[in-house]
Amino acid sequence: MVMLRNKVRGFAAPRSAVLAGLVALAACLGYGQAVNSCVDCHSTMPDPLGVSSDKFSQDIHAQKGLTCTSCHGGDASSYDPTVAMGSKAGFKGKIDRRKIPDLCGSCHSNPNLMRQYDPSLRTDQLAEYHTSVHGKRLVAGDAKVAVCIDCHSVHDIRPPSDPRSTVNPVNVATTCSRCHADANYMKQYGIPTDQFAKYNTSVHHDALAVRGDLSAPTCTTCHGNHGAVPPGVDKVQNVCANCHVFQAQMYAKSTHSKVFQDKGLPGCVVCHTNHGIHMPSDAMLSTGPSGVCMRCHAPGDHCDRARASILANLTQLDSTIKQADDALRLAESSGMEVSEARLSQDQARDALTKARVTIHSFQAALVDQDIQVGMKIAAANLKAGKDAMVERNHRRIGLGLCFVAIAFMLAGLWLYIKKLES
Amino acid sequence: MCAEPIPQTRVTRRHAIELFLGGGVLASLASFLYPVLRFLVPPPVIDLGGDEVVAAKVGDLKPNSGEIFRFGSRPGLLILESDGTYRALSATCTHLGCTVQYRADLRQIWCPCHNGIYDLSGRNVSGPPPRPLDAFDVHLRGEEIVVSRKQEA
Amino acid sequence: MFAALYRWLDDRLHLDGLIEPFRHKTVPTHRLSYWYFFGGITLFLFMVQVFTGILLLLYYRPSANEAFESVQYIMTRVQFGWLIRSIHSWSANLMIFTAFVHMFSVLFLKAYRKPREMTWVSGMLLLFLVMGFGFSGYLLPWNKLAFFATTVGTQMAGQVPIIGQPMMVFLRGGPQVTGATLTRFYGFHVAVLPMLVTVLIAIHLFLVQRQGMSVPPKVEKAWAANPSLRREMKFFPNFLLRELMAWYVAIATLGALAALFPWNLGVKAEPFASAPAGIKPEWYFLFMYQTLKLIPSKVWIVDGEVLGILGCSLAGLFWVLLPFFESDKPARTRTWITGLGIFALVFMIVMSVYGYVAQ
Repeated sequence: MVMLRNKVRGFAAPRSAVLAGLVALAACLGYGQAVNSCVDCHSTMPDPLGVSSDKFSQDIHAQKGLTCTSCHGGDASSYDPTVAMGSKAGFKGKIDRRKIPDLCGSCHSNPNLMRQYDPSLRTDQLAEYHTSVHGKRLVAGDAKVAVCIDCHSVHDIRPPSDPRSTVNPVNVATTCSRCHADANYMKQYGIPTDQFAKYNTSVHHDALAVRGDLSAPTCTTCHGNHGAVPPGVDKVQNVCANCHVFQAQMYAKSTHSKVFQDKGLPGCVVCHTNHGIHMPSDAMLSTGPSGVCMRCHAPGDHCDRARASILANLTQLDSTIKQADDALRLAESSGMEVSEARLSQDQARDALTKARVTIHSFQAALVDQDIQVGMKIAAANLKAGKDAMVERNHRRIGLGLCFVAIAFMLAGLWLYIKKLES
Repeated sequence: MCAEPIPQTRVTRRHAIELFLGGGVLASLASFLYPVLRFLVPPPVIDLGGDEVVAAKVGDLKPNSGEIFRFGSRPGLLILESDGTYRALSATCTHLGCTVQYRADLRQIWCPCHNGIYDLSGRNVSGPPPRPLDAFDVHLRGEEIVVSRKQEA
Repeated sequence: MFAALYRWLDDRLHLDGLIEPFRHKTVPTHRLSYWYFFGGITLFLFMVQVFTGILLLLYYRPSANEAFESVQYIMTRVQFGWLIRSIHSWSANLMIFTAFVHMFSVLFLKAYRKPREMTWVSGMLLLFLVMGFGFSGYLLPWNKLAFFATTVGTQMAGQVPIIGQPMMVFLRGGPQVTGATLTRFYGFHVAVLPMLVTVLIAIHLFLVQRQGMSVPPKVEKAWAANPSLRREMKFFPNFLLRELMAWYVAIATLGALAALFPWNLGVKAEPFASAPAGIKPEWYFLFMYQTLKLIPSKVWIVDGEVLGILGCSLAGLFWVLLPFFESDKPARTRTWITGLGIFALVFMIVMSVYGYVAQ
């Protein structure tokens, strides 16, 4: 075995030597990877000017065959700095921030060019950018606003689908927060900087980062990406409606919709807030600290009564479902077969969810319809759980009777044996 | 009798043994046979559930419409396309488990909870759903539309 | 009335002749006589299995699509179905337990000595068949745990060199555990195994009747030294009535277990789902399973699993042939066999507990 292995290695050695020679020859002839004087020098430089070939090879543009000179100009084949970075070679040096969008746009806004790489890629990013707050301010001369490279990074730009990309859905909020959560940086704009902190406590962040649901919203989902602006006070429900369809439909037909519109109130945000949207709870309908209705409504009026009735119904269904859960769990732990009722608990929970959605119609009667559906199922399940416990007791009584019979028999047998043997 | 006390105790003792033995045999056999006889009585509900269900009757559905049916413990969605073909899929959205519905206007399957859309073969086309819906086999048995779980290959 | 009926039958069938040997049969009475009951209890539990098994057949449906649902149906819809099914499951486990107790009591009381070698061999074969009953019956409800336990169990059979792979395919009815495996196991469980077991039980009982009860060597020695100590009990009816009491206790135990701890059903097997963590076989296979797990994957140049399976098979074969290593003379019984028995018992208990506790 060992002998054999040695022999194999003996054959392999000269072959790899030949291979190494070929590679060296190819390198000398400039075959394969072209000489890149930019990287040879810049990879040894400290950070602002330092770009290693490792880093740049991660860049989607490098992978598609673009090189340093594609953006920066110059001549990468020369090791003479005056030639390589001379004006004759069209060297642009460090690109001015204000010119970056146009530079990127020179390719990315050209459908004929982009089609050769990815026909489905959009080419309206630059046009959108000009409509954004970032773009407008840049044109007005504010160089502090975000340009392409601030979000997409530079020299290691990855496609958004790559989880390591700064614009992957999971990383977008962090990317935006680099400026928007920096109170110092944002001071002159007079807008809050707590959006990121709030978002991190929200149900959407939880869905995206914790549960890994990539469809859950991040900053750009509501604000847009290249054309980033706040959605607008009276249009916010249109944005939410992208995912929360039923809520939006019911809200649109409700009295709140018109009143909020007239008063210039921001729709959904009035009750649910914007960046720090928490998982809604029935307590939002209460008069307690998390209650939202009584911020506008007066105690005892028609709406307050409807609120109280909806809340009472929801609480009743919720607690019936929990009771049924407990009863079924108890029955199951005593070995009773209640899997059917256990499964139908899901339907009761569905009805509760539906009722909670129907709240957005703000009509107690409509909510009550869904509640009744759920109550019927939950009550049946609760009964199934209790019946199972009654059945369990019956079994124990039956067992007891059987034991009496067996005890009788054993006593009889014992006496009979004693009599036989006496 | 009073003059002969010893035989009397012997008699009562034999009575006791007979009572215990006879009673014990009868009572224990009864307690064993009762459950067995009850076991033999066929239950009123014959349906086992299982992997096959009659979802609807022919003519129940209009072309280009869909209907929810119970498939075991979960809902299923039966669709009659405009060209007369039936399709059946799981009606539980793969995102957060809401019940999906057929949208005649889109000719697609739609989940109202977060606006997820599937095509008619169950593929998740847009919105949050991470996975396609499970598709079921449909065949006609007389007037009945029978839906069954896809058989293992 | 019974007497009249008996006389009527006796006139025609000459029943007295049949019962005659039983009248003369005696059971030695000494402080270890209790162990004589376990064979009878095992036999009784087997009869319970046959009876409840036939009842379950009335509703059970052996197909991958319906098996789980039909057992669920028995448990929920059929009156007292929960009782019959729970008794069947509990009785199966108790039967394997009492069979093991019976085997070890025979071993320690040295009852396998000449002339009872064949009784021991037939008993060992019965033990293997009973474990086969357990293995095949465990799959029939078609739940998740059973599905994966069967996958793992048949996989182990597949490790045996040369015949392993064909044997696994034969057991599974294909390369994978599927509905085909279920119908196969059903066939083994309700037809093949009962037939074999019935034949073997007949042989086993015939041998026991023919040879009478064995007396442990120590008791034998004491009796030989002092014949006045010798005690015997008539088999019929004295011993049989006591056995009947043991049976009644057994059925009371079964009833209590079934009513207080109904055998649960689990969730339906899904062949494409990933295996749940911590899949373990039934307790009576646990010592073997854990032993196989402890063997390193490579021992010298031999595959560890192959070695383990071969080792287990050889140990089993040796166990079957154990009486042939024993001395013919009652006075010079081999103590190393008793030592080996104690070692085996301790090993099985330790490995089962370890397997139960281990992740």
